[in-house]
Amino acid sequence: MQWEVVIGLEVHTQLSTQSKIFSSASTAFGAEPNTQTAVVDIALPGALPVMNKAAVEKAIQFGLAIGSKINRKSIFARKNYFYPDLPKGYQISQFELPVVEGGAITIRVGDEEKRINLTRAHLEEDAGKSVHEDFHGMSGIDLNRAGTPLLEIVSEPEMRSAAEAVAYAKALHSIVTWIGICDGNMQEGSFRCDVNVSVRPKGQKEFGTRREIKNLNSFKFIEQAIKYETQWQIEQIEDGEKIQQATVLFDPETGETRMMRSKEDAHDYRYFPDPDLPPLVIGEDWIERVKSELPELPEAMQARFQSQYGLSVYDSVTLTAGKDLAAYFEATVAAGADAKLASNWITGEVAATLNREEKGISETPVSAEALAQLIKRVMDSTINNKTAKDVLKKMWESGNAADTIIERDGLKQESDAGAVEAIIDGVLADNQAMVDEYKSGKEKAFNALVGQCMKASKGKANPAQVNEILKRKLG
Amino acid sequence: MTHTLKQAADLLATGKTSATELATDYLGKIAAANGALNAFLTIDRSKTLAMAKVADDARAKGQAGPLTGVPIAHKDIFCAEGWKTTCGSKMLENFVAPYDAHVVTQCKAAGLVTLGRANMDEFAMGSSNENSAFGPVKNPWDLNAVPGGSSGGSAAAVAARLAPAATATDTGGSIRQPAAFCGVTGLKPTYGVVSRYGMVAYASSLDQGGPIAQTAEDCALLLNVMAGHDVRDSTSLELAKEDYTRDLNQPLKGLRIGLPKEYFGAGLAGDVAASIEAALAEYKKLGAEVVEISLPRTELAIPSYYVIAPAEASSNLSRFDGVRYGLRAAEYSDLNDMYERSRAEGFGWETKRRILTGTYVLSHGYYDAYYLKAQKVRRLLTEDFLKGFDQCDVIAAPAAPTVAWNIGEKSNDPVANYLADIYTLGVNLAGLPALAHPIGFGSNGRPVGLQLIGNYFAEAKLLNAAHQFQQVTDWHTKAPTL
Repeated sequence: MQWEVVIGLEVHTQLSTQSKIFSSASTAFGAEPNTQTAVVDIALPGALPVMNKAAVEKAIQFGLAIGSKINRKSIFARKNYFYPDLPKGYQISQFELPVVEGGAITIRVGDEEKRINLTRAHLEEDAGKSVHEDFHGMSGIDLNRAGTPLLEIVSEPEMRSAAEAVAYAKALHSIVTWIGICDGNMQEGSFRCDVNVSVRPKGQKEFGTRREIKNLNSFKFIEQAIKYETQWQIEQIEDGEKIQQATVLFDPETGETRMMRSKEDAHDYRYFPDPDLPPLVIGEDWIERVKSELPELPEAMQARFQSQYGLSVYDSVTLTAGKDLAAYFEATVAAGADAKLASNWITGEVAATLNREEKGISETPVSAEALAQLIKRVMDSTINNKTAKDVLKKMWESGNAADTIIERDGLKQESDAGAVEAIIDGVLADNQAMVDEYKSGKEKAFNALVGQCMKASKGKANPAQVNEILKRKLG
Repeated sequence: MTHTLKQAADLLATGKTSATELATDYLGKIAAANGALNAFLTIDRSKTLAMAKVADDARAKGQAGPLTGVPIAHKDIFCAEGWKTTCGSKMLENFVAPYDAHVVTQCKAAGLVTLGRANMDEFAMGSSNENSAFGPVKNPWDLNAVPGGSSGGSAAAVAARLAPAATATDTGGSIRQPAAFCGVTGLKPTYGVVSRYGMVAYASSLDQGGPIAQTAEDCALLLNVMAGHDVRDSTSLELAKEDYTRDLNQPLKGLRIGLPKEYFGAGLAGDVAASIEAALAEYKKLGAEVVEISLPRTELAIPSYYVIAPAEASSNLSRFDGVRYGLRAAEYSDLNDMYERSRAEGFGWETKRRILTGTYVLSHGYYDAYYLKAQKVRRLLTEDFLKGFDQCDVIAAPAAPTVAWNIGEKSNDPVANYLADIYTLGVNLAGLPALAHPIGFGSNGRPVGLQLIGNYFAEAKLLNAAHQFQQVTDWHTKAPTL
């Protein structure tokens, strides 16, 4: 039988606010345990939550960025359950009326483009952490993270492969970091994914029973977990078993998922509106202001790159993978580089080097202005493309400017026709065999002669000029 | 000598006494009487005298406010830094608050001196004070009688003249009913007038702090200190600071007093009804008119309240889990066992009953039938009141169906206790202000109080009415002999 997997994601993005969602304590990561806790965060008797407007603003930014409806009135609700790292015995979240509803994100897998619809995004507070090391037979509780603002972004179950799910997670990651509402740091837990997976016979309309894989914090794990879970579910069904609704955990060590709790053990969260917080009301003026301050979004920027710079769809998408990268490209062009050359250099040589060194664009030692100078030297034929690559390498290592390196190393391209002719004459004289081969119809021999000429010029000759003169002489 | 809040303030202002002298005097009275009354849970002589000294020093420097140096009691529900804040519960028996409630901060800023912490029903759940984990408070008028609750310690302390005034809270009548039972004056403000920051939560949408004192004037003076917008409580109303004494001396001519006919039927004790009739006659003499009104859905207040309040309480009290502070069972086998044993040991029966009720009404499948239905009823009850205020300025009502009952009389019958709240619950559900003041004594010599309910933000009007009544009557001056 042909099976189809159905995937939906719930992503917890940590909003990059200075203070917590309901208290004035700092949200900075990595402080000494329980040092960033106001009375609300340790749930002292009588403590009350106060909504942090900065968190609401980030939710609005997100909603506007993906074309959602911003609910003018939304409700905070209490999700009740006992756990040591949940100090109040309930989590303040949104249940029936979330702040953001609907919207969609475009994903690409290979050449395929697909729109994934979002169900909702709601504000809630994070829990603290239980620490099991260093406490023999006991658990420590660190409440520094308790009350950190989260935006939980829920997709419709519209993904049909692990690759689509990963593409969705990456696209979402790119948007939240692009608009600056989340630092995107997956190791520190700023972007955590719960993945709902079910399978059904291809062509069947009804969804199968889903299992939820909790708390995946890397794209690789998302892919591995979905692939394992899909296969596991198919095998179960083919063995005549029924899938039971459950929450599962992925173990990166074994690459397997294992059951955490079944539906029978599921909590009854007893949601009800939090009487400590009035409805969250968002006025038109607030939405309008956020809209006016929203940065240009990737899709709009791609269209502009295509029309303004004549870039291909592929290049415009590549250059807008991150806000820093796009800014680097535009700064390079602004400093005088040809747009297409800049695009080629950035997506080619620069990206490859960064990849090799596992660095991001913000860590490049070659500034946009420095790169532009290099590209300009190619444009005005001071050096050829091949030399330019060597120069870039030296710039990368030394931090010197392109002009400095070209001057110092005498890399200036030989454009004096007389000098080039002399070199070519020498090469032709020394390689009579190749000349004969070419004349007998072997086109390849021509390229070999060009190579010899370039070599003789120590790479300084202009390849186009060599081509032209050589053709004339052999013609 | 005993003093009202106003008298104490005047003595201080004219230099006839000092804060230290006053505090010492009251501490002596408390030491003598508290063994019998159990109105105070914590007395800390050195803290009290230190506060008195600060007040005296401020006065010496010419920095005294109108109430600087006046001593008061705090209900043990308001967190006060360095003071045990038990909320009448074994769960918090050894909890020393690390911060001040807004009310406490305001009182400190006004120079008020804390005499001690007033006993109360555990987590403010109860109407007889028998639910305190630290023993019941006795009614100073009759040591066999309950003082009412949950602010029984505050009311008893003021009635016994162990404090000129006390802070208190009212979730379903917890200021008005004990004030009535103890023959003192108490005001529950409009929801949102007094910040709940640092006030241990019972039912967040109903809880409201307010004053208990001998007179309406004293209530106005203390409310001036307690009220005011606080950004740390999102339900605190953004209102301009007002002077609640401003209308005290307005004549009552033309004041329309509404009598809800549903409040005066069967179930109201004859001696209470007679006292109310006499009080209304006094009000008429002062120029007020009495009109009959109808609050047709009054009886629905009890089921509505006893769904909403326990629902909120079940969630509010989840934080008492033995993890970070408060009681933790000495022995347990695992995490769940720790929760179960700690909460089983730490909470009293009434608290457990309400947590269970609240958990049940919020459960999957029951939420709509109970919680949502109760919220709808709440809106209807509010509408009834607002319609009532089309016909009158204030509503007069009993504070309770009877005078104070005997200790132990209803302690095994929670429903009988709940039914006795019939006249006070609606006010909390609607968020309205209401006051209770003494109007006489029942057939067994226990005090009777009258409840006056106002429209939103009508505190000054309620205080005006009660103050005018107290200018021509002397019930509020009566004190029990201990």
